[in-house]
Amino acid sequence: MAALGVATGGGNWFSALALGVTLLKCLLIPTYHSTDFEVHRNWLAITHSLPISQWYYEATSEWTLDYPPFFAWFEYALSHVAKYFDQEMLNVRNLNYCSSRTLLFQRFSVIFTDTLFVYAVHECCKCIDGKKAGRELTEKPKFILSVLLLWNFGLLIVDHIHFQYNGFLSGLMLLSIARLFQKRHMEGAFLFAVLLHFKHIYLYVAPAYGVYLLRSYCFTANKPDGSIRWNSFSFLRLISLGLIVFLVSALSLGPFLALNQLPQVFSRLFPFKRGLCHAYWAPNFWALYSALDKVLSVIGLELKFLDPSKIPKASMTSGLVQQFQHTVLPSVTPLATLICTLIAILPSIFCLWFKPQGPRGFLRCLILCALSSFMFGWHVHEKAILLAVLPMSLLSVGKAGDASIFLILTTTGHYSLFPLLFTAPEKKNLFLIGWKLSTSLAWGLWKSSVNLYSLSPLGS
Amino acid sequence: MEKCYLMTAVVLLGLTVRWTVSLNSYSANLCTSCRYLLPGAGKPPMFGDYEAQRHWQEITINLPIKQWYFNGSDNNLQYWGLDYPPLTAYHSLLCAYVAKFINPDWIALHTSRGYESQAHKLFMRATVLIADLLIYIPAVVLYCCCLKEISTKKKIANALCILLYPGLILIDYGHFQYNSVSLGFALWGVLGVSYDWDLLGSLAFCLAINYKQMELYHSLPFFCFLLGKCFKKGLKGKGFVLLIKLACTVVASFILCWLPFFTEREQTLQVLRRLFPVDRGLFEDKVANIWCTFSVFLKIRDILPHHIQLMISFCFTFLSLLPACIKLTLHPSPRGFRFTLVSCALSFFLFSFQVHEKSILLVSLPVCLVLREIPFMSTWFLLVSTFSMLPLLLKDELLMPSVVTVIAFFIACATSFSIFEKTSEEELQLKSFSISVRKYFPCFTFLPRIIQHLFLISVITMVLLTLMTVTLDPPQKLPDLFSVLVCFVSCLNFLFFLVYFNIIIMWDSKNGRNQKKIN
Repeated sequence: MAALGVATGGGNWFSALALGVTLLKCLLIPTYHSTDFEVHRNWLAITHSLPISQWYYEATSEWTLDYPPFFAWFEYALSHVAKYFDQEMLNVRNLNYCSSRTLLFQRFSVIFTDTLFVYAVHECCKCIDGKKAGRELTEKPKFILSVLLLWNFGLLIVDHIHFQYNGFLSGLMLLSIARLFQKRHMEGAFLFAVLLHFKHIYLYVAPAYGVYLLRSYCFTANKPDGSIRWNSFSFLRLISLGLIVFLVSALSLGPFLALNQLPQVFSRLFPFKRGLCHAYWAPNFWALYSALDKVLSVIGLELKFLDPSKIPKASMTSGLVQQFQHTVLPSVTPLATLICTLIAILPSIFCLWFKPQGPRGFLRCLILCALSSFMFGWHVHEKAILLAVLPMSLLSVGKAGDASIFLILTTTGHYSLFPLLFTAPEKKNLFLIGWKLSTSLAWGLWKSSVNLYSLSPLGS
Repeated sequence: MEKCYLMTAVVLLGLTVRWTVSLNSYSANLCTSCRYLLPGAGKPPMFGDYEAQRHWQEITINLPIKQWYFNGSDNNLQYWGLDYPPLTAYHSLLCAYVAKFINPDWIALHTSRGYESQAHKLFMRATVLIADLLIYIPAVVLYCCCLKEISTKKKIANALCILLYPGLILIDYGHFQYNSVSLGFALWGVLGVSYDWDLLGSLAFCLAINYKQMELYHSLPFFCFLLGKCFKKGLKGKGFVLLIKLACTVVASFILCWLPFFTEREQTLQVLRRLFPVDRGLFEDKVANIWCTFSVFLKIRDILPHHIQLMISFCFTFLSLLPACIKLTLHPSPRGFRFTLVSCALSFFLFSFQVHEKSILLVSLPVCLVLREIPFMSTWFLLVSTFSMLPLLLKDELLMPSVVTVIAFFIACATSFSIFEKTSEEELQLKSFSISVRKYFPCFTFLPRIIQHLFLISVITMVLLTLMTVTLDPPQKLPDLFSVLVCFVSCLNFLFFLVYFNIIIMWDSKNGRNQKKIN
C-alpha cells in the first residue's frame, strides 16, 4: 500500500498528465475520422500484400503511397500486428473497409506510437531551466511545457479524430531539438535525417538544421565578438554529419535506387499537379491571394471589364484538389512559391549564420522557417501549422514576449483546424470546448509565467 | 485570478469528458461505413431511455396537461408513460418548444415514434449538457469554493474529482438521463442548508424532489437537520418561526409545481400512482440491494405476499437509518448532515422497494461531498458504485468509456488526495470507535490494515469480474450468472460501507463539544 502510495501520490505529475491525455485519446476512438483513415488502411494493405517494387506503383485506390520509404516500412511493421486484429483490412481490394476491429487497431496504433512523443516531451523538459520557478506546481516551467505539449489541442484533433500519425513524428522532431539543446549534435542530426525520410514535410525546417549545424557545430569556436572564426572549421565534423545523412538516405532510398524507381518515388512525394491550395484552404498567403483574385473577378464581371466566357470553370473554393488558373492576378507557379519562401526565410537564416545564439537561436530560426513555408509554400495543408506551434511551445516557457506570441499563434492555428472536423457533433461542441480549454490553459499559464519572468533579462 | 483559470480548465475538462462519452451511444453501428453515421437501429436500452425522453416531449407539447398522466387514445401509458413528477414534464415541455422551433418532425404526435437522426441525437445530447452546465456544475464549483480550511489547489482538485465521477457521466451521457438536474438541485439544497440559507435550500430540495421522486431518499436527513436546527434555536422562539417558514416554503413549492394537478382529486391520485408503482414488486431486474441478493438463496418475491414484502422492506429501511437520523436531529451539524445523507440514501438503496441500479447515484452524490474528509473510503465507494452498474453499461456498449473514465477518476483521486497515505485510524475517522473498542479488546489495533486488505480484495474481485463478464460466456443453465455475481459483490461492499458510515456518525465525538471544528 505504501509503494502504491508513492507511485500514485508523490509528485509524479508527468505520468499523471501523460496517462490522463492517453485516456482522453481512448475516449476519442468512436469520433469522426476522415479519409486519412482509409489512406492508412490502404497503405497497410499495400505494404503487407505487395512486394517492394509495387509499393510506389500501386494505384487501385486513389490514395496512393506518397510518404517516403521509412513511413512505408513503418506501415509494413504495423501490418504485422494488424493481421491479428482483422485480416480483411490488409486486402488491397477492400476499399473503404472499416470494421470495428480495424478502427480499434488504427486508433490504438496512433495512441501507442505517441509514446515516442511522450518521451520526447520528457527530454525537452530536461532542457528547461527551472531554477527560477516558484514552489507551486502550476508555476514550474516544466509543468507548463508538459501541459502545452502533451495536451496540445491541435495534435489531439488532427491525430486522434481526423486521423494521422503526427504524434510520433513530432516526437522525433522534438527529440532531435532536445538533443541539439543537450549538445548531442550527431544524434540530433541523425534523428532529423530519419524524420525527413518518414515525412518529407519536415523539409520546411531543413534549412534551419543545415545552417545551424554548419555554423555552430562544424565551426568549433567563435571570435570574442561572436563572429565566425574561419580557422576553427572542422572537416571531420562536416564529414561525419554528411555521412550520417548519406547513410540514412541510402537506407531509405537505396532499395528504390536499385529498382530504378527513384523518379516514380519522387513524383509521388512531390505531386505538383495537386494545385496551389489544398482542398480546404490552409490559411496562408496564397489563400488571401486567391480570395483577392476572386473578389477582383467578381467586380470585373459586374463592371463588364471581363468576358464571362473566358473565365475558367474550376473554383478554388470547391474543396477539390486540382490545378487552378487565376483570373485577374497572375497565376502562381511552384517556382514562384519557392522563391517567396526562400526570401521569407532569408532574414532568420542570416541571423542564425552571423549571430548564432546557441540552441535557442536555432529554435527561433526553425519556427520561422516552418511559418514561412506555411505562408508561401505550394499545396500546404492546414495541419502544417503544427510544425510551428509545437516548437513554439518550447520557446514560450522561456520568455514573456514569446509567450504572448505563442498565445496568438496557438489560438489562431487551432481555430484554423476546425474545417478538418466534418460532422456536426464534433464541430459544434468538442472543438469549442477543447479550444476554450487550450486557450484558457495557455492564458492562465502564460499569466503565471509572465509573473515569473517579468524581471528576467531579455536575451536568451 | 489563477484560481479562476484553473477552475475553468477543470470545468472544461469535465465537459469535454462528458461530450466525448456522449458520442459513444451508437457504438453498435460504429463503422458500417467510414463516415459517422445514421444508425440503422438504435440499441434497445438507450433507445429506451432516449426514446422515453423524446416521447415525453411529444406528449407534453401536443396534449393538454390534464392528459399527460392518463391513459388515452393519444397517450398510451404502456409506451413509456410519464412516471416522474411534474417538473420533469415541464422540462420536457421546454425542450419540446425548442425542438419544435428546430424541426417539428421530432415531436409530431404519433408519427415521431422511434425517430432517430444525427441532428436529433445532437439536440438531445445538447439538452443534457445544457441542463448539467446550468444546474449541476455550478453547484459543484460553488461547493468546492466554499470549503473551509483547505488550500486553493485542494479545492480545485476536489472539483476535478467530483466532476470526473464516472457513474453520473456514463448514465447521463451514455445511457441517457437527466440525473444531473435532480442531483444538482439536491446539491443546491445541501449548500443552502449547510450555510444557513435554510429557506432557499429547502426550496431547491423541493425542486429536486419534484423533478425525480427518488430524491425522497435524501428527504429524511434534510428533515432531521432542519428540525434539529429549529430545536436548537428553541422551539418557543426563533426555532418555531423557522419551522413555520420552512413548512410554508415546502408547501408553497409543492403547490406551485403541482398546481395544474391539484384541480381534481383524480388527477393528483393518478400522478401519485404513476410515481409510486407499488404493484411492481420488491425489485426488478438485477440490482445490488439486499432483496435481490437474498433472492439468490431464497425466492422471497414468490413466497411472501405483496403487502408483507412492502412492510418488511419498510421496517428494514427505517430501522437501519433511524440511529443516524436521531443523532442528526439531536446534534445538527453540516458535517453530520453530509454523513447522514450518505447513510440514509444507502439504507434506502439497500432495503427499499423497487430500487433501480441507477439509484446508487443518489448515494454517490453525498459521498462525493465527503471526498475531502475521507478520501480513501470515498474513492473506494465511488469505484464500487460504478462497478455495480456494469451490466447496464455493458448492455449499452459503454465498456471503453467506462474503463477509461474509471481509470481517469482513480488517477485524479489518487494524485489529488494521496489516498493511499491516508489509511490510518485518524484519517479514516475511526479513532473514537477504535478507542471505545480497545476498552474491551486492548489488542484491537489492526483495523486500518484489515481495511487496506479488504480494499485490495474488493478491487481485485471487481477487475476479475469485469474481465470475466467481458470475455467469457455464461453457462447455459445460468445465463444471468455474471450480472448476479456483480450484484452480489457490490451488495457486500455496500453493506460494509453502511456499517462504516454509521460507525462514523455514531462515534463522532467532535459534534456538540467543539463548535469551532464544525464545518
